[in-house]
Amino acid sequence: MSQWFMITLVGKDQTGIVAKITTALFDNNCNLGEASMLRLGGNFTVMLMVSYDGKVQNLTTFLQPISDSLQLQLHIDAIDGQLHHHQQPNLRIRVHGADRTGIVAQVTTALAEVGFNILDLESDVGGTDNKPFYVVDIEGIATNGIEPVETAMQGLLGNEIEIKLEPIETVMM
Amino acid sequence: MAVLDLLIYPDSRLKTISSPVESFDKKLLDFITDLEDTIAAAPGSVGIAAPQVGEFKRIVIVDVSTKANIKHHGHLRLINPEIVHWKGFAVGREGCMSVPDYIGNVVRAKNIKLLAMDEYGIQHEYEMTGYEARAVQHEIDHLEGMLFLDRLVSRRHDLLQRENRHLS
Repeated sequence: MSQWFMITLVGKDQTGIVAKITTALFDNNCNLGEASMLRLGGNFTVMLMVSYDGKVQNLTTFLQPISDSLQLQLHIDAIDGQLHHHQQPNLRIRVHGADRTGIVAQVTTALAEVGFNILDLESDVGGTDNKPFYVVDIEGIATNGIEPVETAMQGLLGNEIEIKLEPIETVMM
Repeated sequence: MAVLDLLIYPDSRLKTISSPVESFDKKLLDFITDLEDTIAAAPGSVGIAAPQVGEFKRIVIVDVSTKANIKHHGHLRLINPEIVHWKGFAVGREGCMSVPDYIGNVVRAKNIKLLAMDEYGIQHEYEMTGYEARAVQHEIDHLEGMLFLDRLVSRRHDLLQRENRHLS
């Protein structure tokens, strides 16, 4: 019986990573689920749900030679995950400011304290080496409403960061 | 009075281009009632287009009046609707009864001017904005055989992307 696994791959970016990995999975009767694949700092990162009728060791046996040849770090976990368990965000929080340590820690700690559940966080560093700036884009669920989040974020202003809240609406047709 | 069966993606009939309504008769009124029963059976849904139930006519129902603090025109029966002016654009999240368990980001005009007939064949003009404008654009896409899946943009998408390359 098939079960879901989370395959993690990280390594220096190069052409053909996705093609080689997914072809090996297809050739070995794996079914792909949700995935996030993106380039971070010159590395290519893969988080991939795979349904497979076998064990971690079997997956490792056919994936390890390919990940080795691509010089990628491979990690595989059996997971409880399922498809069709999406949650919809209701609030987006955009933060930007001069780059310094602790921005994400401060913002997300304040968010956690008011029950904000992060579904997606993207961050990047722009600017120059002399004057870098940091940008964070967070989507999630304000489980206790938007007002407590607003209050919590207002408490962080003055730390040389800009914070903007934007309710997320979903038009259901 | 009936809740009609929905066409569900990837049913290829959803790609059908719908024909204009020419007869404003009891049959049309009965069909509109069935469409309204169908949307009432889907809590949270604010619109439906005739092709979603396999009737390939240019008929759309939109009603966003349950949303608080937005501009809207109430319950709309839009026959042969046509957008004649677009202004501004925004990314927003959309879902669709014909595409279950999937929500995606779509770029739509913020403001539109719409010409549409009512169920008696009388032409009306509407200025729409925001949520209602988005709902109407989504439903009119159905009349052209388009789903929001055809217009998806990712969160990382460049909003000012200059060129779309379409594969056929």
